[in-house]
Amino acid sequence: MELRNPTMLASGFLGISQAIFNRLYNADVGAIVSKSISSKPIEGYRNPTVVCLEGGSYLNAVGLANPGADVFSREIASNPYVPIIVSLVGSSHDDFPPMINKFDDLNILGYEINLSCPHVAKMGMEVGDDPDMVTKVVKTVKSHTLKPVVVKVGLGNVDLLDIARAANDAGANAITAINTIRAMTINIESGIPVLSNKIGGLSGKSVKPVAIRCVYEISKNVALPVIGCGGIFSWEDAVEFMLAGASAIQLGSVIGYEGFGAFQRICLGLKRYLDRKGMKNLTELVGLAHKY
Amino acid sequence: MPININILRSVFIERVQNETASVKTILFKDKVSSKAEPGQFLMVWIPGVEELPMSVMVADKEHTAAITIRRKGIGSTALFNKRIGEMLGIRGPYGNNFKIAPSARTVLLVGGGTGLVPLIRLAAKLNETRICCTLIIGASSKREVFFENTADAVLSDTKHKIIVSTENGDYGIKGNATDAMTQVLKQETFDTVYTCGPELMMKKVLDIASAYSLPIQASLERHMKCGIGICASCCIEDKLVCKDGTVFCEKQLSKMNEFGIFYRDKTGRKIVY
Repeated sequence: MELRNPTMLASGFLGISQAIFNRLYNADVGAIVSKSISSKPIEGYRNPTVVCLEGGSYLNAVGLANPGADVFSREIASNPYVPIIVSLVGSSHDDFPPMINKFDDLNILGYEINLSCPHVAKMGMEVGDDPDMVTKVVKTVKSHTLKPVVVKVGLGNVDLLDIARAANDAGANAITAINTIRAMTINIESGIPVLSNKIGGLSGKSVKPVAIRCVYEISKNVALPVIGCGGIFSWEDAVEFMLAGASAIQLGSVIGYEGFGAFQRICLGLKRYLDRKGMKNLTELVGLAHKY
Repeated sequence: MPININILRSVFIERVQNETASVKTILFKDKVSSKAEPGQFLMVWIPGVEELPMSVMVADKEHTAAITIRRKGIGSTALFNKRIGEMLGIRGPYGNNFKIAPSARTVLLVGGGTGLVPLIRLAAKLNETRICCTLIIGASSKREVFFENTADAVLSDTKHKIIVSTENGDYGIKGNATDAMTQVLKQETFDTVYTCGPELMMKKVLDIASAYSLPIQASLERHMKCGIGICASCCIEDKLVCKDGTVFCEKQLSKMNEFGIFYRDKTGRKIVY
């Protein structure tokens, strides 16, 4: 998968409308991962679905709200030039081929399989926690498309490396690490959990050290490119992820702080860093920390 | 330390005003939202039930903020039934706001239902700068009319006119707010038109204002989740209503093919009005 720059939009953020995708493209996004799309439309949970936490972190339980594969494939049917990666979610391997049939002839870059949503029953992490299911899903998806297939993993109950190896053995082309981490917050005046789903996924600055560790371990042990995701707010964060082994990075929470400008700013910072270090290509940076 | 407006603040209801049988204004102490600009909104958490985007209403006491709610769905009904002393969670204020041109002398405000809320807050600002103001209040019938006295009080220091239109004609001008607008524009002209209310009404306000070549600012409503520009549930074309709006001008509105045509439901599907 070739990207015009290494900053991607993480799934779940801003990802349902072609007009917004075009605007992101003009804001220099390297690629856009859509919201996770399911076979049927999903309404998601009642608000509050997003809670802002101190220090640049968010908690969300949107509940995989999405318009469904049919409507979303029509939304992006005339995608002019935007590098879109369609994120797909399902509860079994059978869910994926009909969705791929709807997207495969469109102008898209590939797929990201969401095997790690931490707050919806029977979908996401419940699939991603089972290496056999992961193998089945990835094999099924790969047998229905020639486009690149990225697998998004997170922190479940099973060793992350087992899942990454299963994805690799089943033919995945890359791994995105990590998804949000199961978490919650309670309002102390009322004693009531704030998210309507009570438990959601933590993103932003507080997950970054965990994500760095995951990227490091996966890229050290599995021969697939890793896309780093989790609390990247600056070019320094991006460099750290690359040193850990990420070939590209995904931005999400930072958009709540500085909007669409984050992509350009982080790209510029990366470029300056490479220049300063006398490196010609980002690939020289990837996984440099492994040698220590 | 400056307050982070994104972090949920627990506030306690100090007063509740009945506006109509199904509309109430709820007042609470909150310094930050008491200074909200007209058109800005709060995300209001009704603990254990729902979180709703609510335009900030005027309050008569310092450091006090207000919201006006119409009883409709589960969340708004729970909010409507809240009593003095009960807790709400709020974050914000968010979004941009109605702008007043320095050259403005006389303006027209067209509001329908709870869409009047940001217009009343705007009226308070117009009053401070003594800008002449005509306010059209659209309602289905006399018993659904509210804010008529509030608006009169808020505009007490400036020349103003309040016109009420009711669809069944049992009070004020018979017809809807845009019928009243057409009548008014036959006799007077204005520097700017401000509007908030049902989208189909605002679309018509835009069309009428365009026919008279009047600048217009409209405060839009869309299904909202995050309120901070990360989820795009509230998108209209390439704009995020929570972050780029809620207020859009005629240049932006006339480019929005979706405006007054369809909205997106909770799944993100486009639904025709």
